[in-house]
Amino acid sequence: MKNEKKDKQPKKGKKNLIGLGFITLIFVIVLKMFPSKSPAVISASWVYFKEMMVILPAIMILMGLFVVWVSKEIVIKHLGERSGIKGMLIAFVLGALPTGPLYVAFPLVFGLKQKGASISNIVIFLSAWACIKLPQEMVELQFLGWKFMVTRLVLTIIFVTIMGIIVEILTKFEYEPINSK
Amino acid sequence: MNHTMIFINSFVLVCLIVSFLKDKTKTKKALKVAVKSFFKMLPMVLIIIIFIGLLLGLMPPEKISQFIGEQAGWGGFLLIAFIGAIMHIPSLLSFPLAASFLEDGAAIAPVVVFITTLTMIGIVTLPLEIKFMGKKFTLLRNGISFIFALCIALIMGAIL
Repeated sequence: MKNEKKDKQPKKGKKNLIGLGFITLIFVIVLKMFPSKSPAVISASWVYFKEMMVILPAIMILMGLFVVWVSKEIVIKHLGERSGIKGMLIAFVLGALPTGPLYVAFPLVFGLKQKGASISNIVIFLSAWACIKLPQEMVELQFLGWKFMVTRLVLTIIFVTIMGIIVEILTKFEYEPINSK
Repeated sequence: MNHTMIFINSFVLVCLIVSFLKDKTKTKKALKVAVKSFFKMLPMVLIIIIFIGLLLGLMPPEKISQFIGEQAGWGGFLLIAFIGAIMHIPSLLSFPLAASFLEDGAAIAPVVVFITTLTMIGIVTLPLEIKFMGKKFTLLRNGISFIFALCIALIMGAIL
């Protein structure tokens, strides 16, 4: 198991490095081909680089703190328990805290489903994990501002709640007749 | 120096201090994780930043505007939604990318749809989601996410 994990990680890192080499090459070629455009390209990259670097270490520390403080056990314990509005609220909060890409959440959610967590809470948890996580919201704040971030957050919460209810109803609609026969 | 950056850094600093007072070993572990993930993410960050530089430096705003701006219409809007659904980059990086689109003349709605489909829908991870959650759940979740991403984007485009 451990070996397998160790083998996988450098592979992905390598792919990213190849990608970086590739785009750097394009960057250099473009600068050589359009010397008049190069100040604009370099200054745009530099501005975004600075904006990123003043927050990225903090964001990574925040994610590191979540990794050690918000364990899978905590999520499973609290998410499986409650339903209704309170359950939804908890699903939002728990989804917004842990870190990692969405595919890390699938095995976790599978365990929750087996334990009987409601489908709507699972949908809400997955969606919150995907698009309104706290570290993400901070990067959004930095690059797009308060108004943008808050508006998107509120709209996302509304629509994700509706989606949770719809998916729950539609999946029940399918299973119930089969069960009753 | 801007307020947001100060706010974010002080917020994290407070979290870090609270965590340190509660449990030193856990906090050290958190910092280790942070350093590791920082360097793991760095190549992708640089890729996106170079891409943004090329985009802003070379593409005149009128061009961007034709694809994902006021003049683009439904075709461009749906196209950018699909691109977001297919692309597989860390969601943290969708925001600088989105900001650069906006700076270069894109409209709000297509930018929001891009962020939302990029983060919520994973065409690449679809098989994995099906394996764990079943076909029906996966297709419903991704399908409805796509439609709602369009709704969220259109509303944001209208009110911002």
